[in-house]
Amino acid sequence: MAGWAIAVHGGAGVDPNLPAERQEQAKQLLTSVLNLGIRALKSSASAINVVELVVRELESDPLFNSGRGSVLTEDGAVEMEASIMDGSGRQCGAVSGLTTVKNPISLARLVMDKSPHSYLAFSGAEKFAKEMGVEMVDNEYFITQDNVEMLKLAKEANSIVFDYRIPKAGYEPCSTVVQSPIHMNGLPIHIYAPETVGCVVVDSEGRCAAATSTGGLLNKRTGRIGDSPLIGAGTYACELCAVSCTGEGEAIIRSTLAREVGAVMEYKGLGLQEAVDFVIKERLDEGKAGLIAVSKTGEVAYGFNCVGMFRGCATQNGFMEVGIWD
Amino acid sequence: MSQEVLDTLNILGKMGWAIALHGGAGDIPINIPAERREPREASLRRILQIGVSALNAKSSALDVVELVVRELENCPHFNAGKGSVLTSNGTVEMEACIMDGSSKQCGAVSGVTTVVNPISLARRIMEKTPHIYLAFDGAEAFAREQGLEIVDKNHFITPENIERLKQAKEANRVQQDYTQPIKLENQNVPDGDSKLGTVGCVAVDNLGNLAAATSTGGLVNKMVGRIGDTPIIGAGTYANKFCAVSATGRGEAIIRETVARDVAAVMEYKGLGLKEAAAYIVDQVAPKGTTGLVAVSPTGEVTMPFNTTGMFRACATEDGFMEVAIW
Repeated sequence: MAGWAIAVHGGAGVDPNLPAERQEQAKQLLTSVLNLGIRALKSSASAINVVELVVRELESDPLFNSGRGSVLTEDGAVEMEASIMDGSGRQCGAVSGLTTVKNPISLARLVMDKSPHSYLAFSGAEKFAKEMGVEMVDNEYFITQDNVEMLKLAKEANSIVFDYRIPKAGYEPCSTVVQSPIHMNGLPIHIYAPETVGCVVVDSEGRCAAATSTGGLLNKRTGRIGDSPLIGAGTYACELCAVSCTGEGEAIIRSTLAREVGAVMEYKGLGLQEAVDFVIKERLDEGKAGLIAVSKTGEVAYGFNCVGMFRGCATQNGFMEVGIWD
Repeated sequence: MSQEVLDTLNILGKMGWAIALHGGAGDIPINIPAERREPREASLRRILQIGVSALNAKSSALDVVELVVRELENCPHFNAGKGSVLTSNGTVEMEACIMDGSSKQCGAVSGVTTVVNPISLARRIMEKTPHIYLAFDGAEAFAREQGLEIVDKNHFITPENIERLKQAKEANRVQQDYTQPIKLENQNVPDGDSKLGTVGCVAVDNLGNLAAATSTGGLVNKMVGRIGDTPIIGAGTYANKFCAVSATGRGEAIIRETVARDVAAVMEYKGLGLKEAAAYIVDQVAPKGTTGLVAVSPTGEVTMPFNTTGMFRACATEDGFMEVAIW
């Protein structure tokens, strides 16, 4: 009997100059949420419950770009989106344009379970949240000083096209940093905030589920929807596998990245790792992204074609790994 | 057919153009009154001709699908643009999506309330922003920035749809677009996301380029803020080098089955031809009563399968074949 497996991510596209202390913080958080998921799996929680539980934890922690700690829109506010999919039956739920819902992934779950629809957005989603009695907070709750600084840098970077010398806020205020040639989604990598957190799980019954949540693209115009709430793009789960993606949202949408893993497994008969490798290598064209995936037979895999992806994975036979780089 | 053969045929200009469009799939009763059937058939015929003329004038597939969907949006008989169904608040909230098969560029929009042609807004997002998808206030603001035609919200509302909403509220359920008087014992529609009625167009031009476009008012009596399959790339709309697809039917089913993407995936990964691939998805994968689609291939083939009672549709190919049908 194939066992359970779990993978989590905190976003792809990481600054290669990220200070060691921040890398350590990230790995600690990934380890802690992974352990939370593992404990739940050991007590026979279902995949769909585990992915929601783990992503809630990631949303509540301000470290990654989701829930509290989300990046800011061009107006300096937080606008979040999320989606969740249950591989057995392929029910799904998604939300966009949230500004006061403490845990977007839980609202996505409620859309799936308690509404006649699959996807709610903006004021309609907020109204549904009130009706459901989920925890609501002021938009300020989500905003961190780090992200206020990052927005400033992003706005400056947008007015300078190629050559710039900008001090890294929060690291060494007096130093200047040589221009990084690496860009993600139009931003220099040291300003870019990896988009999304996610979790994929296969439980001990072989059921797969996926969940993804994000504050979206730093300095985005209000109303911009990325891949995270789009089933088939940022999130997908079926009988064979579950996938959560992160990276350049537009590239992920265009390549229907999450569905692609499932499609090549189903239609080409590829195994999980083969499918992940194929999709990352062949389906992204110029785009930069990463993903985590599990299969119903208890395998776990990840892949990314950009600089770094915050991730962790574990399987029932005791394997566990947390990493950032290649 | 292998990619190499396809490319060669394209270079040789052996491909004819083809176009297919739909006005929504659903439980369209055979005994639909003439005064409801005829205007729709006539509109399909007229709008098909507009697309055909554009293709004959060597317009690109992308221009053609936008043009045709604009016409369908402007026509009050279909659930898109003017003639859109109403939300539970009695308002109109439109969404649309467009995709260019050669580049896989795409644009999508949701929560549009004052823009006369949502499909054109979707195209503008694709071409003038680094993004794919804008919604609600952000989409409306962008439309104004771009100088797109804006009207009063009431422009889109028709008496037919006010009546539909009233019926749906009386039945206290979310309703399909094309329904007879409600017969509770005849429900093949579970409470849930029953979205029927959309408009869409797919085309391949004389250069073998593919494009797809879909537009809708969504689901009668839907919750404010509800998004369906139409603006979700891979669900209701998709185009790449293998085919262009626009789907219609029950939104939730189309989303979870990634209908539009899967038609192309099955062609690419299993080597099926267009008709086979589309039939496979509609007959074997999508649950009965939920899905219809129109699709074209780079070699000028057209297919319009559906597993609902009917689908308002029309198609034409360069060799003179033409069809307008409902069942």
